[in-house]
Amino acid sequence: MTVDTGKKVINLDSLVVRFAGDSGDGMQVVGDRFTSESAIFGNDVATFPNYPAEIRAPAGTLAGVSAFQVQIADHDIYTPGDSPMILVAMNPAALKANIADLIPGGTVICNSDAFEKRNLEKAGYSANPLEDGSLDLYKLYCIPITALTLEACKSIGAKPRDAERSKNFFALGMISWLYDRPYQPTLDFIKTRYAKNSQVVEANTLAFNAGRHFGETTEAFESAYNVAPSKLPSGEYVNITGNTALSWGLVAAAQRASMPMFLGSYPITPASDILHELSKHKAFNVTTFQAEDEIAAVGSALGASFGGAIGVTTTSGPGVDLKSETIGLAISLELPLVIVDVQRGGPSTGLPTKAEQSDLLHVMFGRHGEAPVAVIAASTPAHCFEAAIEAVRIALFHRTPVYLLSDGYLANGSEPFRIPNKEDLPDLKIEFATQPNKVLEDGKEVFWPYLRDEETLARPLAIPGTKGLEHRIGGIEKADGSGNISYDPINHENMVKLRQAKINKIADYIPDLDVDDPNNASLLVLGWGSTYGTILTAVNEVRESGHSIARAHLTYLNPFPKNLSQIIDRYEKVLIPEMNTGQLASLIRSSFLKDVIQLNKIQGIPFKVSEIKAALISLLNDK
Amino acid sequence: MDIATKTTRKDFMSDQEVRWCPGCGDYSILAAMQLLLPEIGVERHNIVFISGIGCAARFPYYMNTYGMHSIHGRAPAIATGLAATRPDLDVWVIGGDGDMLSIGANHLLHALRRNINLVIVMFNNQIYGLTKGQYSPTSELGKITKSSPFGSADQPFNPISLAIGAEATFVARTHDMDRSHMQAILKSAHDHQGASFVEIYQNCNVFNDGAFEAITGKENREDNLLYLRDQEPIVFGKDDKYGIALNTQGGFDVIDTTNNGTERVLVHNAKQKDASMAFALSRLGVNDGEPRPMGIFRDIAREEYGSFIETQRQTAIAKYGSGDLDKLFRSQPTWHV
Repeated sequence: MTVDTGKKVINLDSLVVRFAGDSGDGMQVVGDRFTSESAIFGNDVATFPNYPAEIRAPAGTLAGVSAFQVQIADHDIYTPGDSPMILVAMNPAALKANIADLIPGGTVICNSDAFEKRNLEKAGYSANPLEDGSLDLYKLYCIPITALTLEACKSIGAKPRDAERSKNFFALGMISWLYDRPYQPTLDFIKTRYAKNSQVVEANTLAFNAGRHFGETTEAFESAYNVAPSKLPSGEYVNITGNTALSWGLVAAAQRASMPMFLGSYPITPASDILHELSKHKAFNVTTFQAEDEIAAVGSALGASFGGAIGVTTTSGPGVDLKSETIGLAISLELPLVIVDVQRGGPSTGLPTKAEQSDLLHVMFGRHGEAPVAVIAASTPAHCFEAAIEAVRIALFHRTPVYLLSDGYLANGSEPFRIPNKEDLPDLKIEFATQPNKVLEDGKEVFWPYLRDEETLARPLAIPGTKGLEHRIGGIEKADGSGNISYDPINHENMVKLRQAKINKIADYIPDLDVDDPNNASLLVLGWGSTYGTILTAVNEVRESGHSIARAHLTYLNPFPKNLSQIIDRYEKVLIPEMNTGQLASLIRSSFLKDVIQLNKIQGIPFKVSEIKAALISLLNDK
Repeated sequence: MDIATKTTRKDFMSDQEVRWCPGCGDYSILAAMQLLLPEIGVERHNIVFISGIGCAARFPYYMNTYGMHSIHGRAPAIATGLAATRPDLDVWVIGGDGDMLSIGANHLLHALRRNINLVIVMFNNQIYGLTKGQYSPTSELGKITKSSPFGSADQPFNPISLAIGAEATFVARTHDMDRSHMQAILKSAHDHQGASFVEIYQNCNVFNDGAFEAITGKENREDNLLYLRDQEPIVFGKDDKYGIALNTQGGFDVIDTTNNGTERVLVHNAKQKDASMAFALSRLGVNDGEPRPMGIFRDIAREEYGSFIETQRQTAIAKYGSGDLDKLFRSQPTWHV
């Protein structure tokens, strides 16, 4: 790709851009487009959308600022970057809310039209920051984006109020020129996305092109920049968010199990996009059911599991609270069930659009009685695909509810996903019982629903419709084997232990934990979930300065991999960074009687690489 | 498909000991069900009973079919997932008035409006039995119970009105003192496509004995019970002495047909699309001198949920072809490295 304007093109190895504006300004669309342009160009990408819970908070205020950060690179990257190098601010509030994160000397591109008295006041500026020298630290471009957009759309006779809505595409056009991104994908996108309204297609196209041309011809930008394609492993890639990857993983799992899938779900941020995505895939024999509440969502999924479908429910923390009783029932019934918890800040309504890892102990222990479940966690947006397949595998083979933990950061963040060969995906076919499995003393052949597999302790599943295997299951304690109601004290103790042993047995069917430790370090960083990319980047950077650090990242949280105990024992110091007050740390301490060092951040936003690096360096220096 | 061999009541009795209190109305409902199912002709492995919690909810354990005794109030939700994915099964939901109208009322209403292919049978004894005698959402105002020593301050639900208001397509009432009526109503409920709601007046002889005696007692039935028969005049009493007629205020009059003739007497039409008359009939029996209707209030045709989503699935397959992962993974722009 070349820019034929006589301006010079400077090559960068990576770039972090943040688009910020009002919630209604279309910053998420623009960020998403810039990411797609870059992904299609071949860069590695990682994104971080950050927006308020309110759909349209009061315009121009700090509360209403919506932002989208993306890192693009010519090499493997694992995070959306700590600090943006470029900030696009569509109004004073967007500038104020984001400027502190910009790197010193970074570029600020402002819509100068929006910096008028009223907006400045709403953002709490007493003077115009574009004029008072307060941005001297940065490379500042003041561009009348609104006026230029209106001018561009004049020819189609759009009302100014409508035309102004296209200003995000003007900004995108400008940035796309500045960073030498391919234009065609966005022009195509505009055509399909807004197909229902030809005037919007025209206005957005005109604004986007005007933005490009402005970049090319203006004297403001003296050079354009380029980030070369990255050298990802060869293959075909698609840029997807965690929620999309998770949905595709579920669909793929159902295909590989040759079973219908049933999703019972109630809309909740940040999990709803999984419901949206799966509702498109009826042709895969996926049924989605928008239930009347969280309880019906999980209940219907459990009912579908009883009938031989893969029952799935998707939610966030508040929904998990409501589903807990039904999950207890599923544990007692020993039926497959996948519960996806896309964690957000809590307690209560908490921070609906922000990320936290604060439901780990909740999903581990948040039920009455002794009610163990399997728990796994996705670590990157693309890993949500594999984690979903794994959750279904464990649920089906071990006849148990499985919690799959994601969070708001993974859900909305995106990265390239290498498209797998469908034949290479694990075979998840299970066998349902078709014959009696027990001969009674009187010679009668019967089906005993709780006569377990000796290896896995999983029970046989006979689905309704199977002749001769009629049986009843329920939440009352049952006799092991026959499954009949039993209040026998010894049987109850045995059943409590069996249910735990069955979950423990899963450890025989999951991989050992890999430790990345090239230099026999004495410090181990142990993470889980969405901190993966940040920890990996921090560890790599600290290693570059000559230090030894070991790194391991848990996908399986219950049961833990069998070698975790030895790994923990092997290191003098274990650091656990978590977006909570130390929940994995508590589990590790209580499981292995080993103290660990905590690094916690509970701000609704992910760790920065620099924060983890600082903790590592401090530990390394503290001999 | 196997030719169904003739089954009997015994085939539907499980090997579990029935543990309701001696004299409980549940026994006669269980008998009615076990006698009815051989008649319906669906093989027992294709029948599922789902229940919540309460005395009534023990029902599945006593039926030699597939069954699930679940958690309080959630049976309609659980049954919804089963019925939506397994249209080949006969799914029955069994529960009491506390289970279905208190903790699980929400799920009941939504299963009805969605017209899920279920037969929902609610045993109404106007009391909490399993927790030993607290007032229920159908207990009368002022009811003295363990938890309401000064009388309940809660206006009770009228289950039939509630079901009709929830857009139910089949709504009926029967009682535990009339096995043949119970069987006939349950059979009609079974034959209906979509959600059927059947309220059964059931006596709890331990905590609320005789709650319906004034209506369902053998000696009281003639004057106080009205059997709704589709397309027939709405009459009751000895020799159909009384009839139900609309008055000029839009309410009902009970008229003596021997003096006034039958001209004004309403003819019952359970298939009427408009629910107003069914709703009006559901209010009968609240005032003194009015009979309590038994029978089918409403039985209208509307596409059931499972068939609706199956059509959507077939349309999706016709439009996009059967699901292909290779296509799914390329449903967004891709690039090669």
